[in-house]
Amino acid sequence: MECLIGIRGKDFVLMAGDSVAGRSVVAMKKDHDKMYQLSNRLLMAACGEGGDTVQFAEYIAKNIQLYRMRNGYDLSTKAAASFTRRNLADYLRSSTPYFVNLLIGGYDDSDGADLYYMDYLGSMVKLPFGVHGYGSFFVLSVMDRYYKEDMTRDEALVLLQRCIDEIHERFIINLNSFKVKIVDKEGIHVMKDLRPTTKQPEETPGTQSMDIV
Amino acid sequence: MLGKLKNANLDLLLPEPLLPPDLESYPEFHSKYINSKNTNALINLSHGTTTLAFRTSQGIIVAVDSRATSGTYIASQTVHKVLRINSHILGTMAGGAADCSYWERYLSILCIKYELENKKKITACIASKLLANIIYSYKGMGLSMGTMIIGGDGKTLDIYYVDNEGTWIKGDLFSVGSGSTFAYGVLDSEYRFDMPIEESIELGRRAIFNACFRDAASGGGVSIYNVQTSGWAYLGRFDTSDLYWNNYKK
Repeated sequence: MECLIGIRGKDFVLMAGDSVAGRSVVAMKKDHDKMYQLSNRLLMAACGEGGDTVQFAEYIAKNIQLYRMRNGYDLSTKAAASFTRRNLADYLRSSTPYFVNLLIGGYDDSDGADLYYMDYLGSMVKLPFGVHGYGSFFVLSVMDRYYKEDMTRDEALVLLQRCIDEIHERFIINLNSFKVKIVDKEGIHVMKDLRPTTKQPEETPGTQSMDIV
Repeated sequence: MLGKLKNANLDLLLPEPLLPPDLESYPEFHSKYINSKNTNALINLSHGTTTLAFRTSQGIIVAVDSRATSGTYIASQTVHKVLRINSHILGTMAGGAADCSYWERYLSILCIKYELENKKKITACIASKLLANIIYSYKGMGLSMGTMIIGGDGKTLDIYYVDNEGTWIKGDLFSVGSGSTFAYGVLDSEYRFDMPIEESIELGRRAIFNACFRDAASGGGVSIYNVQTSGWAYLGRFDTSDLYWNNYKK
């Protein structure tokens, strides 16, 4: 029931995740942030089973920090994503597999902005845009239609707003708030939460109720 | 005595899970003997409860019911579902009574150890994370706990929800248990952050009462605690049937 969206632009990666933390039918927390900072210019969005997401994300984040402490420089996005994928794959056939789906977005000086899409089976692919969750069924076509290479930040935010509106329009689960972050050369910027644009209900002829006389 | 302590292994963190010998797989054991659909099930865990906690500008109110059920049998109407971890931190109990009371008691030991080692009081964030990490190591083995760790270190005040799936989230309002949906209904209708203290106590009491009314597995009485930065205070227990006949019957 969770939705994660990542969009790669010219020199930034825009990442968004819904902010509902639920347990069976109850929404326990409505301002939950599903994105974890791995390093100055690396961001990971994680969704999946409750405990696994936090534990795995924190494990990866601490290991990335450890690399930095030992070697004096940050891992590149590609290397961090590979490391994460290797851990997912190694734990997959152990007694404690991690049921998490991930989007890793980062900025390198050598490769620019990159977005990696990973699922709980340990598959990984570099993508211009990626979506996890049921929201993907509704949003991928919107992305295919409107995404173009080298978008600016504003264009990417407009595209993201379109996606959120579509999810709100058609997805049966109410995801009415998304946390949004941008990763670029300067680091990770927290943007304002995005909500679906409220539309005025349309007055169409034929929807007026008939008084029964 | 001191000599003995010198060599003692004071590292109490993460004991090895004690499993019965000759056990091929715990999930198999769990599905066969615990909460099994077949009538030969030997162990029937009690899950019914309603607990809630919410934060206002005047502190945190914690309200719980006091019924324990085994299937359709009411095992007790006077269970203490709020566990006192230390003078500043409370824990609530929902799910398996044994799991909650044992691990929250173990958590009090870890809190004392933290305070001795770090020379400062433990916060709810750290205490709840310690508990969540322990619970996570038993994931899939049949622990049943939905607990809230409430309180602080004298400067902070937080509510953290921790459960047997490994969820660990911070929030201002939570309700846990089989009657939680009913409690949410009353809470969400009237909750405001800037409520005066009397109104928030009444809201907590009312929400648990309504949950007890509708949920068969909740009842007995409503116990209320107030948590401030200076520590927690027990405000009393109100019997559910008294509340109904004397106060809320319309």
